[in-house]
Amino acid sequence: MTALGRIMATSVAGTVPKESLRDAYGETLVELGSADPRLVVLDADLAGSTRTQLFGKKFPERFFDLGVMEPTLMTVAAGLALAPRTVFASTFAVFAAGQAYNQVRQAICYNRANVKIVATHGGLLVGPDGGTHQMIEDIGLMRGLPRMNVIVPADAPSTRSAVRAAAEIDGPVYLRLTRENLPRVTDGSFRFGVANRLRDGHDLTIVAVGALVARGLETATELERVGISTRVLDLASVKPVDVPALVRAARETGALLVLEEHSVETGVGALVAATVAEGYPVPVRRVGVPDVFGESGEAWAVLDHFGLSRQRILDEAWELLAQRGKVH
Amino acid sequence: MAGAPAGDATIAQLESTAREIRRDIIRMVGRAGSGHPGGSLSVTDLVTALLFHEMRNDPAHPDDPARDRLVLSKGHAAPALYAALAHRGFLPHEELLSLRQLGSRLQGHVDRNKLPCIEASTGCLGQGIGMAVGMALGARLERQSHRVYAILGDGECQAGPTWEALMVGGHYRLANLVVLLDRNGYETDGATESILGIEPIVDKFAAFRYHTIDIDGHDFGQILAALAEARTTVDRPTAIVARTVKGKGVSFMENTHVWHGKAPNAAETERALAELADPPAS
Ligand SMILES: Cc1ncc(C[n+]2csc(CCOP(=O)(O)OP(=O)(O)O)c2C)c(N)n1
Repeated sequence: MTALGRIMATSVAGTVPKESLRDAYGETLVELGSADPRLVVLDADLAGSTRTQLFGKKFPERFFDLGVMEPTLMTVAAGLALAPRTVFASTFAVFAAGQAYNQVRQAICYNRANVKIVATHGGLLVGPDGGTHQMIEDIGLMRGLPRMNVIVPADAPSTRSAVRAAAEIDGPVYLRLTRENLPRVTDGSFRFGVANRLRDGHDLTIVAVGALVARGLETATELERVGISTRVLDLASVKPVDVPALVRAARETGALLVLEEHSVETGVGALVAATVAEGYPVPVRRVGVPDVFGESGEAWAVLDHFGLSRQRILDEAWELLAQRGKVH
Repeated sequence: MAGAPAGDATIAQLESTAREIRRDIIRMVGRAGSGHPGGSLSVTDLVTALLFHEMRNDPAHPDDPARDRLVLSKGHAAPALYAALAHRGFLPHEELLSLRQLGSRLQGHVDRNKLPCIEASTGCLGQGIGMAVGMALGARLERQSHRVYAILGDGECQAGPTWEALMVGGHYRLANLVVLLDRNGYETDGATESILGIEPIVDKFAAFRYHTIDIDGHDFGQILAALAEARTTVDRPTAIVARTVKGKGVSFMENTHVWHGKAPNAAETERALAELADPPAS
């Protein structure tokens, strides 16, 4: 579907190697555990999928697979953190942020317990498991919690540095990982409160998180073919958010397009729109999941189906540019 | 009027139906390339006994208010329920192969908004049992005589909400509620007793005020007898602890967690179907 049909998305060469963010997490946990004998890891019967099993095999005495009990995963994690220990707790995003929301709120955030929640299987790319498991509200839930830090890495290298950064700070972290393997798009750096500028430009800014960062870069390349210069920001540090970078993008490029595998109601798009409205009002468009649940399907087909196809993103960019009088 | 139970099915017919359902499970999950074969194969005989013998239901009137209700609390075993519902006439058999595809009514976890013969959408463990308790309470309030059946997984028995819901059923003496535990001994990461033991599970149900029956969950004689005993239990809900085999019927899937959430490839699918072709030696 092309709303305006001014440019058509070309198919992207499928040769870019993709890497597992979950493997990056599990391997980094093992490194952290070797360096810090006080690190403890918990899971809730998904250790194979979340990759905490790698830590569990290496350090069985510091690993607890509690079984199917996400609320108690969070309260036990909080208790261990108050012991005090540095604690990583993992399960799927829908269970971490959804099933255990109030335990995360009270036992972890209210207590200021030093728990790092690494939630895998965030977003639509859970695919075949369907709408019950496609968690598209977690960023909103977690960024709304006082004291919580929220990270959504775009690739495996930045996942490694994000996990390390999470371990280093004293305070709760929610780190959301994508199940699908993703291409490398960053230089592997992550810093809290810093938006990663992956590409500079002056006609438009694309802000994206997670799997959508790669699509943002592809869109920028498509636009370049017709002479449009696009800045791309990877907003891996969702909270704390880089307000200056967003305001600067608004001032210097005049329009922002936000891409996320999340509900547009409460996600990164809502955050960026509010930040820009207060700091330097310019047009903002949110491309994400409308106010609906997902459904079963092949992962990338589901992403396209719910409005995050390359063409849809390009169309939205084009409309923004038209609104700014930069294309006709 | 709810249809008469398909109660005249003989044990031999039930066994043959269950074998067909198991074959469908393998085909569906194999085609989809993802899903949960282990816990679908373990629960097949329970689902078959319910839909083809015990429950009053009528494919021509799937929304009859007087129908008995089945809630699959372990919603990841969706393939077993879909296949059984297809054999019972609630949906076209051809539709089974659309499992987990975009636009299909057969979602990865059962969804009542897509498929009307599903009583409750599940997939988050520990919630189906609560909805079943609510349905049983609702039937009592409405002075309706239908019964509610809920199927739990043993890993699901580690989840707190499961026990909260069970406590409500026991406290309100919901005799129209039957809980069936698929005690296959395994969950995602390994053996249930090594991850977080739930034994003594029969005592736990009894302590939560359930009439408790401990059976072999692959012996139709025992399953039907337990369901009949539940009908005659009028002062309490019944919990049937069905000892089952995860991956039942496919040798390489039996008694392991490895096939909990993994689909067979083409060759494995063929091997599994070959094993399920012959009636078991008696
Ligand atoms: C609340 C919740 N946590 C985690 C999961 C992910 N999950 C799906 S199946 C499963 C294991 C369930 O084990 P069991 O109940 O024994 O199922 P069975 O062996 O009968 O398939 C888990 C952890 C889930 N669906 N819901």
